[in-house]
Amino acid sequence: MLLPVKWLKDYIETDKDSRILADGLTLSGSHVESIINLNKGLENIVVGKILSLEKHPDADKLTICKVDIGKEVLQIVTGADNLQEGDYIPVAAVGSKLPGDIIIEKTNFRGVDSFGMLCSLKELGYSDNVIPKEMKDGIFVLDNEYPLGENIVTIMGLNNDVIEFEITPNRPDCLSIIGMARETSATFKIPLKKPIINIENEVEDIKDYVDSIEVPSNNCNRYYARVIKDVNIKPSPLWMQTRLMEAGIRPISNIVDITNFVMLEYGEPLHAFDLDKVEGKKIIVREAKEGEKILTLDEAERELSASDLIIADEKQPIGIAGVMGGFNSEITNNTKIVLLEGANFNQRSVRLTSKRFGLRTEASTRFEKGIDPNLSQIAVDRVCQLIEEIGAGVVVKGDIDIYKDVKKETAIDLRPNRVNKLLGINISTEEMISYLNGLGLESRLEEDLIKVNIPTFRLDLKIEADLIEEIGRLYGFHNIESKPLIGTLTRGEKPYGRRIEDRTKNILQGLGLNEVMTYSFISPKAYDKIKLPEGSPLRKYIMLINPLGEDYSVMRTTLIPNMMELLSRNYNRGVEQCSVYEIGNSFISKSLPIEGLPIEKKILSIGIYGNKDFFDLKEIVDKTLGRLGIKEIEYIREENNTSFHPGRTAKLIHDGEEIGILGEIHIDVLENYDIKERVYIAQLDFNKIVEKTNLEIKYKPLPKYPAMMRDLALVVNENILVGDIQKIISKHGEGLIEKIELFDIYTGDQIPEGMKSVAYSITYRSYERTLRDDEVNNIQESIIKDLENTFDAKLRS
Amino acid sequence: MKENMRDKLLEIKEIALDRIEKISELEEVEQLRVKYLGKKGDLTSVLRDMGKLAAEERPIIGQVANEIRDELEDAIASVKGKLTEELKRNRINKEKIDITMTTNKKKLGHKHPLLATIEELEDLFISMGFSVVVGPEIETVENNFDALNSPENHPSRDLSDTFYITDDIVLRTHTSPVQIRAMKEMGAPLRIVSAGRTFRFDDVDDTHSPMFHQLEGLVIDENINMANLIHTLDIFIKELFGDDMKTRYRPHHFPFTEPSAEVDVTCLKCRGKGCTACNFTGWSMELLGCGMVHPKVLENCGIDSEKYSGFAFGMGIDRITMVKYGINDIRLLFENDNRFLEQF
Repeated sequence: MLLPVKWLKDYIETDKDSRILADGLTLSGSHVESIINLNKGLENIVVGKILSLEKHPDADKLTICKVDIGKEVLQIVTGADNLQEGDYIPVAAVGSKLPGDIIIEKTNFRGVDSFGMLCSLKELGYSDNVIPKEMKDGIFVLDNEYPLGENIVTIMGLNNDVIEFEITPNRPDCLSIIGMARETSATFKIPLKKPIINIENEVEDIKDYVDSIEVPSNNCNRYYARVIKDVNIKPSPLWMQTRLMEAGIRPISNIVDITNFVMLEYGEPLHAFDLDKVEGKKIIVREAKEGEKILTLDEAERELSASDLIIADEKQPIGIAGVMGGFNSEITNNTKIVLLEGANFNQRSVRLTSKRFGLRTEASTRFEKGIDPNLSQIAVDRVCQLIEEIGAGVVVKGDIDIYKDVKKETAIDLRPNRVNKLLGINISTEEMISYLNGLGLESRLEEDLIKVNIPTFRLDLKIEADLIEEIGRLYGFHNIESKPLIGTLTRGEKPYGRRIEDRTKNILQGLGLNEVMTYSFISPKAYDKIKLPEGSPLRKYIMLINPLGEDYSVMRTTLIPNMMELLSRNYNRGVEQCSVYEIGNSFISKSLPIEGLPIEKKILSIGIYGNKDFFDLKEIVDKTLGRLGIKEIEYIREENNTSFHPGRTAKLIHDGEEIGILGEIHIDVLENYDIKERVYIAQLDFNKIVEKTNLEIKYKPLPKYPAMMRDLALVVNENILVGDIQKIISKHGEGLIEKIELFDIYTGDQIPEGMKSVAYSITYRSYERTLRDDEVNNIQESIIKDLENTFDAKLRS
Repeated sequence: MKENMRDKLLEIKEIALDRIEKISELEEVEQLRVKYLGKKGDLTSVLRDMGKLAAEERPIIGQVANEIRDELEDAIASVKGKLTEELKRNRINKEKIDITMTTNKKKLGHKHPLLATIEELEDLFISMGFSVVVGPEIETVENNFDALNSPENHPSRDLSDTFYITDDIVLRTHTSPVQIRAMKEMGAPLRIVSAGRTFRFDDVDDTHSPMFHQLEGLVIDENINMANLIHTLDIFIKELFGDDMKTRYRPHHFPFTEPSAEVDVTCLKCRGKGCTACNFTGWSMELLGCGMVHPKVLENCGIDSEKYSGFAFGMGIDRITMVKYGINDIRLLFENDNRFLEQF
């Protein structure tokens, strides 16, 4: 919302400067986004009058002008072709300044000296989108005679500011100059001077001009119309044009400008139809027929649907209600009779239609937030008054007003002690009443209650708390003295699962892994990229109805795609190694199509590459789980997961329950992600980890007796797993084996083809006594015997 | 005989002392000790003839021999000490390294800056007696909008604002539904915070991402007022950004609070002096939204709005993280470039 300060001051008598107004209004709830000074850097631009125009002798497109600027007559060469002798125009003489620090110098155009330049609106600092179309390329011609040599900044009011506000959606009434004036009045305790609407001269009768107005649709609560005759279309006066431009609206012609002016003034969007072009002189407010077409003011043909509310005449649509008028009934230079519309269209209907057409206009943005239906009449009458004042036409007597659900003032009871209690302040009832009255909410004390009258322009005030807010914001939240919380004493804590999560993250960081974070939604193609088989349950993903493109269109059921993608990004950006983890949700639907909320299953996802192998990842997983008290994990070979290398992948089993998978990523998947290095990924069910975590630690005494070491070197078939050998070693330990360490594994020279050599160092220790050689030797022997029997192992000497 | 023996002893002493003095290698020390003082050493072999001496002469020669032994032992010890000392010094002198070198073999992991910020904020509120609660990323329209008093026609419910899974199920657009869950499950009084992922239909650019993060807090009790809200948030902001931080509570509008406010804090870049980052206002805008819980929201969750009142606040963690570390592009938070992550 753009508020030209000069305009505001028409209704609020104050000499406060823009900064003070802006700060005050911000603290009372109208957030100022910026203060814009209209003078974008003009210096010494003055009014001049064209005395003569003469073609340049050597250049067809140039004109030599003699311009009177009061104290002297200048010769200026211009390329513009919209000038006539006697025109008053802005002149930048040599030495004057234009926006962008452009200093005007004497120039020579093909042998003719030019002592300055004539300015367009753009050169005066107006932006393209508010400059009237016919003035786009030409010099700006003033609407009247002004004193020659007078500063243009004064004449056009460029020494003023415009304050830009962010208006919250609950306050559509503030999308108007009067609305903001009301806020200013309440904030600074200055009386509000609203315009007094008075039409001097009304002739004939509207019934002579309009056949009928019908409103069959439920989406139009009010339609108020008046007629203007003897319309004289021409540009509106400069003061009105500059106001519109300052507020961000392009001037068009007097009638249209006045409707826009009043829209800005009151916040009620209005429309003017050329009544001669309305077939049958009938206005029908109805839903469009499916496929019906309309050419809108922006000269685009739009196909309507049955949910669009339109204004139609006997034959065809002549406007999209609350969004944009139709081209066929547009005001043109030949318009003689005008029908003025002040209507109240349904918020939702306007919003949906405007959205469907991608057509957001000053009107639609106001309608979709909700407008007081009582404004329709006030605003149209105000237009009539201005038309009369400017002399743009003659007002026809009477109106047609179809008003279904008449909006009336309401009342809310307010408990003064509730105000103080909720805000934590202590102010008097009188002070409360004065704040409310300042906002135009007539209030009075009746016994213990403040009876507050709610005018229809405050559609947002519905309950007591709303009024407490009004008092609070005018008292100033910044004036509320802070007070410590009292009440029930509570102990702050994190849920157990979150504490385990924090602990897990600390362990992983200690192991050198960085934490990553990826989107919860992925591309459905990702499931192909990780080679998930067709029937996999992980393909039962949840889809978004309205995704932001395919890449973010389905909820992830696995964290592998996100992990691969980020590792690939790092790899392809030349990052040599990466070790990362993420703890994030996967989303598993109980049924598809989805019924009720899905299961959000937390996954610990780990990914590493760069001079790494399977065992690096396994160690990370093992140590992390170990530190969480999850020990004795069994690793079972997993050959059927198609995302992974079949020979280098394991399932993790704990206590008979699968808790995850880890392994090397399949080379096909690596290719899909454009990675030319081995990648290792683990996916662990974090909910199960939390369940299984055991943080209880029991101290075990330090050993008092010496250990005995024995080495064991064997040759076995290369397919025998060391994990299985270790199981046999442990089995015979009689509780005396403290540690089994695999210190060498070897294939090659001196070892037969298909075999491998494995060497263990076994530490024996008792916590009760010193071990004897012979008992350890016995154990060793039984181990060896078992290994020979079970795996056909040969002892290596 | 006696004189002869004394002379021999003295001679051995002279020679020995002379040689001991000239020792340059530590190994020689032991050799000389064995040669002169060992079981078969020179001194011992002379003393073997002691038997030939008269009985009264023996103690005299014995004493001389002992004195010589002591003297030689001292000399050896002193030389040994000197050489050992020298050896240590030499070793130390030789072992000089370039201490400016680094090997970089140890890796220490880094927390993600955004998740680290969440942890920091949660801990702060825990210390103020708030409990952390969690809620799902996929929510019902009921919890995400209806129970929060969001008008049925509110644009935030549009397909162009909210990601829908079905007509009744959405990706939560804020962390506020966790408040609804907490109020329904735990009732009043209540003091909670909840942080997590949130989703809105925003194209990715420097400051927007379809997935972002919020932290939300809620206090419900008897006699909770706006002054308490201001007190709580002021403490929190000072803890987070520093004691010199000022706050500004600006009236605003949210459907689920009434009154509602936005909180501006001193611009973190210029500390309030005015700079381009704060548009010369000195304020960092809209860091938090807050307000007194709307009575309808309390009632929707079965809490008596006459007996209890409460305040709620929420903030965008992505923005706070970016402000805190001077990150200018939100995409960096989700790209997970290792070189970015290792800066935190």
